[in-house]
Amino acid sequence: MKIAITAQGNTPDSAVDPRFGRAAWLLIHDDSNDAWECIDNAAGRDTAHGAGIQAAQKVADQQAETLLTGAIGPKAFASLQAAKIRIFHGAKGTALEALEAFKAGQLKEASEMDATGGV
Amino acid sequence: MKIAIASGKGGTGKTTVATNLAQLAASQGYQVAYIDCDVEAPNGHLFLRPDITSDDTVHVTVPDIDPTRCNHCGVCAHFCQFNALLCLPGEVLLFPELCHSCGGCQLICPQQCISEREREIGQCQIGKAGQVDFVSGRLNIGEAKSPPLIHQVKKQAPETDLMLIDAPPGTSCPVVESLRDCDFVVLVTEPTPFGLHDLTLAAEMVQLLGIPCGVVINRSAENDEATLAYCNSRRIPVLACLPDNRKAAEAYSRGELIAQSLPSFNQPFTTLLERLLQQTKHTGSPQQRCHP
Repeated sequence: MKIAITAQGNTPDSAVDPRFGRAAWLLIHDDSNDAWECIDNAAGRDTAHGAGIQAAQKVADQQAETLLTGAIGPKAFASLQAAKIRIFHGAKGTALEALEAFKAGQLKEASEMDATGGV
Repeated sequence: MKIAIASGKGGTGKTTVATNLAQLAASQGYQVAYIDCDVEAPNGHLFLRPDITSDDTVHVTVPDIDPTRCNHCGVCAHFCQFNALLCLPGEVLLFPELCHSCGGCQLICPQQCISEREREIGQCQIGKAGQVDFVSGRLNIGEAKSPPLIHQVKKQAPETDLMLIDAPPGTSCPVVESLRDCDFVVLVTEPTPFGLHDLTLAAEMVQLLGIPCGVVINRSAENDEATLAYCNSRRIPVLACLPDNRKAAEAYSRGELIAQSLPSFNQPFTTLLERLLQQTKHTGSPQQRCHP
């Protein structure tokens, strides 16, 4: 299973980026071989509108099934839901710590009501 | 002759200037149209109180993807610069509010399975306020882009001697769309540091568009030295100074035209109209200064 994590840098030790669409990097962790891949999200960071949709496209293109992030916007939520990507929010610390917290069942799965972090 | 009333900053008095000028010019026998292009918050109707004769829905085109022929290749989604399309393995999602109706996806689709459909974005109202022709747009709630509606609203304007375009605040796309094709721009400002800052931005925008402009200082008191100095340095004529007056604010709050309700405002507006007509006849005429 591939897990996408929003991060402020391009290594597993980078801090989680609490934003989804405008996250600096998207890190993809592959469970099957414990490999990390990093995707530069500069284009999403600088776009005027639709950053969440563009980021969702990248996550979907990587065939990730799960996303760990801080909070996401309504269009990103609709996009990820359509792509059948499970969203876990409230990720904190480094990307690696967020992954461990997810595996330990400490992250909450987003629902329509709270996915946007109260926005 | 098309004159746009603009300002870098919201709440400086664009609608006050535009509606009072429209009414005054009509009373002097000019054929006048007032066009409310502030479609996100139109309020010219509160002062001119027009009888609306037609109320039409305005549409833009968005892609319509035939799901039976689409093979989810993703070319359209990766082409779209506005992120309006999302291609997933099983479907293509459209976010219509992000679509700029460029039609590129339709041209580029290898399956040729994209056609166009119409989407409602707002209303355009046409009417008559006394002798003034009235046109106004109203953007639907939640819409992100007003320029297509502003474009339609301007197209509905009747041919008149004088067209007064009430522009939205700021300096972004909706303002540029409102100012496009205008012969002259009136920049309304107020003599405060914020007013001067935003006037600077607006004046630079108008200069980029290559349209001659003049300034109206609203709520003018003893504090307009900095504004006058700026206009002087940039050779922008100051067309009028409307005095700061509590009674004007009270009349405004009742939805009255101040040039009508307060005799002391009749003169500044009459002078403003005369100067505007002069300015637009010979653009580039020497700078005029006024002191209340």
